[in-house]
Amino acid sequence: MLCVVRNAVGELTAKLGFSESDCRAVVRAVDEALTNIIRHAYLGEQEQPIEASFHRIDAPKDGQSGDALEIILEDSGLTADPEKMCGRALEDVRPGGLGLHFIRECMDTVEFSRNSGKNQLRLVKFLHVQTPQKGA
Amino acid sequence: MQIAARHLDKTTIFDISGDIDLATSPQLRKALLHELRELKMPRVVLNLGAVRYIDSSGVASLVEGLKASRDVGSRLILFGLNKTVREVLQLSKLVRIFEIYENEAQSVAP
Repeated sequence: MLCVVRNAVGELTAKLGFSESDCRAVVRAVDEALTNIIRHAYLGEQEQPIEASFHRIDAPKDGQSGDALEIILEDSGLTADPEKMCGRALEDVRPGGLGLHFIRECMDTVEFSRNSGKNQLRLVKFLHVQTPQKGA
Repeated sequence: MQIAARHLDKTTIFDISGDIDLATSPQLRKALLHELRELKMPRVVLNLGAVRYIDSSGVASLVEGLKASRDVGSRLILFGLNKTVREVLQLSKLVRIFEIYENEAQSVAP
């Protein structure tokens, strides 16, 4: 199922005009976020519901407004503990704990909240549109 | 994900294709640990040229294989890294920790 989501997010980000590298970054962030939800909120049960919504938004950036993709993932699993959502030092070479690091590296905004009995993860990635060079 | 094993003298070469993710990384981990811990192969080489995607659980399996190889005095070698795989190893700052070559000839050289 994760494979289907990855393909869909890849197509969506490409259509929105993200660069190839940013498309891969958003796909990676969503995949890692879903993996974390399945592993930690649903304790490995892959058939539990996760709601995903995607919005093109104007978000504040550097004192101005920027074109961005907002992704909201919601689950009804175990309450995530924000204190434990800190990743780990990369110098400590061992398996595990990389998912959150990947999400933070790939997205511009990563916010977690708990509302009405649901965990909510909000991810934002700004569209970096290249300005045409003079004389081009 | 699919894994095919080839044996060459004291080397095992795994040709891996497809996606290495939450569902498939246990299969990779099992294959690596079997070859390293149980068969004690002196050199295990992973051909990642046909890997389309690898997530953090796949990276964790590679790290576990690397640790097992160090424990038993073997070598774990990666080659054929495409942009996606290389990006993930760079993100996790593991590029310098693994023994990585461009192609199979370099990976199996004495």
